[in-house]
Amino acid sequence: MSSPIVKLIAQRIALGIVLLLAVSVLIFAGTQILPGDVAQAILGQSATPESLANLREQLGLNQPAYIRYFHWLGGALTGDLGTAMSSGQDIATSIKGRLWNTLFLAFWAAVVAVPLAIILGLIAVRYRNGWVDKLISGLALASTSFPEFFIGYVLVFFFAVKYQWFPAISTVYDGMPFGERMQAIALPAGALTLVVLAHMMRMTRAAILNVMQSAYVETAELKGLSAFNVIRKHAFPNAIAPIINVVMLNLAYLIVGVVVVEVIFVYPGMGQYLVDHVTKRDVPVVQAVGLIFAAVYISLNIIADIGAIVANPRLRHPK
Amino acid sequence: MSNELEYLSRRVASGKLSRRDFLGRAAALGVTAPFANMLLSSAARAEGPVKGGTIKAGLVGGESTNSLDPALFMTQVPTIFGKCWGEMIVELSPDGKLENRIAEEIGASDDAKVWTLKIRDGVEFHNGKTVTAEDVAATLERHSDEKSKSGALGYMKGIESIKASGKEVVLTLKEANADLPYLLSDYHLIVQPNGGKDKADAGISAGPYKITTNEPGVRHGGERFANYWQGDKMGHADQVEIIVINDATARTAALQGGQVNMINRVEPKIVDLIKRVPGVTIRNHAGPGHYVFIMHCNTAPFDNNDLRMALKLAIDREEMLNKVLRGYGSLGNDFPINASYPLFTEIEQRKYDPDKAKFHYKKSGHDGSILLRTSDVAFPGAVDASQLYQQSAAKAGIKIELKREPGDGYWNEVWNKQPFCASYWGGRSTQDQMYSTAYISTADWNDTRFKRPDFDKMVLAARAELDEAKRKQMYHDMAVLVRDEGGLILPMFNQFIDATGAKVGGWVDDPHQELMNGYALAKCWLEA
Repeated sequence: MSSPIVKLIAQRIALGIVLLLAVSVLIFAGTQILPGDVAQAILGQSATPESLANLREQLGLNQPAYIRYFHWLGGALTGDLGTAMSSGQDIATSIKGRLWNTLFLAFWAAVVAVPLAIILGLIAVRYRNGWVDKLISGLALASTSFPEFFIGYVLVFFFAVKYQWFPAISTVYDGMPFGERMQAIALPAGALTLVVLAHMMRMTRAAILNVMQSAYVETAELKGLSAFNVIRKHAFPNAIAPIINVVMLNLAYLIVGVVVVEVIFVYPGMGQYLVDHVTKRDVPVVQAVGLIFAAVYISLNIIADIGAIVANPRLRHPK
Repeated sequence: MSNELEYLSRRVASGKLSRRDFLGRAAALGVTAPFANMLLSSAARAEGPVKGGTIKAGLVGGESTNSLDPALFMTQVPTIFGKCWGEMIVELSPDGKLENRIAEEIGASDDAKVWTLKIRDGVEFHNGKTVTAEDVAATLERHSDEKSKSGALGYMKGIESIKASGKEVVLTLKEANADLPYLLSDYHLIVQPNGGKDKADAGISAGPYKITTNEPGVRHGGERFANYWQGDKMGHADQVEIIVINDATARTAALQGGQVNMINRVEPKIVDLIKRVPGVTIRNHAGPGHYVFIMHCNTAPFDNNDLRMALKLAIDREEMLNKVLRGYGSLGNDFPINASYPLFTEIEQRKYDPDKAKFHYKKSGHDGSILLRTSDVAFPGAVDASQLYQQSAAKAGIKIELKREPGDGYWNEVWNKQPFCASYWGGRSTQDQMYSTAYISTADWNDTRFKRPDFDKMVLAARAELDEAKRKQMYHDMAVLVRDEGGLILPMFNQFIDATGAKVGGWVDDPHQELMNGYALAKCWLEA
């Protein structure tokens, strides 16, 4: 590995941090624009002018917004996300378990979805424009076009209610045996897989097909390599950059976009946590979750960028 | 009952015949399914409670923000879990009477101002300590303190002093109140060691289950407390578990799939579908909850009683009950009390009468349309109900204009602020509580702005009256006043609709709250 690549990676990471800071400003500003303030939200119907003033003083709401922003940012950087105003619990502690659950679900959905999508993409290329290709593309696109709550309910109807293979609700808890936990997440992981499958599969197919038009693939074919070996040795490595990109985008979706699926399957992850607190107008929690989601999204995109750079010599040595 | 049927139902109760086979054979004998089901449940009751197993409930109404501090209970999940681990001073029984729990006896002075609670011997907390009069007094003190933010604070303010001496707690009230024992059955008033003053959310009381798991918004669990003082009546299952399932479809699926034994809040529109699922029983029963349209009596044009009467006569209650609640409810009569309250008296049912409505409308002299604000959150089906109202009123020549308000902020911006809107009430346990909360002049939640000094006096007089017959008459007169002159349009009382899965025994309908007043987990058992 040469030093330009290190420099490139460092640049990407720096860019990511700047982006994250910008997002944090947006999140903070967004929650400030909301009508009413935290003190009003806490006191609700029983608010009197004095109690409002007292609570504002206590929460430091009388300070100008930029000072409060740096306060909040400083806390977040040192791992102190503040306390939830609705329950008084430390946000960082409650988020830890939830984030772990969300990552667990996303991980297993990805373990199924990513290889499946790539293999299906490869098969589709191998039999391109034939009935296999059309069948794979058709099914994958259909499953993506349905909203995820619909897919979730269909899975519940068949596999939980009719055949009773899996539980309808995915409540997991600490100390749950691994086997039971896997059984519990089978349906939500399945729903997520169906949602992200088509995007990755189609992208794999398109990227490889693109490469297949090039001269060196023709050469490989003329050398007498089998169709699969052409794809595996020559086409796939050259198509990997866009594939990494789409895989990372979908991984990010698996983590930050699962709100609906978590609610349907009653899965105790970040999405449910966010929904619970949004309905209570618990601004500190919403800010914290927003920041974490943004961080996940940005870092996965950085990884995608870096992956693409490493995989592509032309990006490694920019002119 | 034929001998054969009786024999068969006993076989089912003892587990030798499946429920399905029984229903099949009963049908062959010419018995209808509902009757056969009834036979079964009575046979199961006769068979007695079965000990053991884990009862699971899937419930709506839990958030990750819930606390174990009884003072802060608001939604269903913490409240129902509280009935598993908590023990009350006194509780309402399913037949509407009072059931003494930690208080063995409750006595009042003749003027209903001084009340004495005699504390039961040998009731034990989960931490091994015995429940004393001091604990009960401390509990009441904590809930009377502004700082506890207790949901029972409103009633507790009426207590002037709380004193524990020996085995007795003596309560002195600021004003006479014949309903005090009912107030003490408020679900917030779970007795805690030293009243919970040391650690309010410790989750320790003297109920049938000890807390083993507490993950707010996810699940709550308990195991049977071996030293529970009335273990023959409650705490049949070894373990109880509540899983929070706020999504209605997921809740139903969990019951069908057998992950839970009971659920709350089945939506009226899917009840008929759920009924057909084998093993599932719908448990619907009347309660004090009601859906309303409320007018401010002190705001034009609603300050005119003829206009209010016209609007009351222009609503088609039967149609609304059938279309919005699909029959799972009962007709309202424009006062907030029904048969689930003690001391209730029937009053002639008000009916849809476009001609009479037209007459009163003309007499009021009002002209132009009337703005009704509504929203999905006002009550389930509120928007549909408002549209039905608009149509039935149009037939009486009254033009109602609907404004659909966003659900967000409806309770802050519209309810109790705008002069005419849709809303709901969950009801209270006594008539006095209901009227004191929303119909006396000084009540914060007087959402009809019904400010009548004569009515306030009647409420106070009834509160202090110990003679039941006299009290009943007073409540009747108050109801007539609200019905004929108030700002309340009450088309229907809704029902609680719960559902249980196969094998759940011991269910008793309770009119006070859903899931047997919250006791379904503690009082039901799993049949073998």
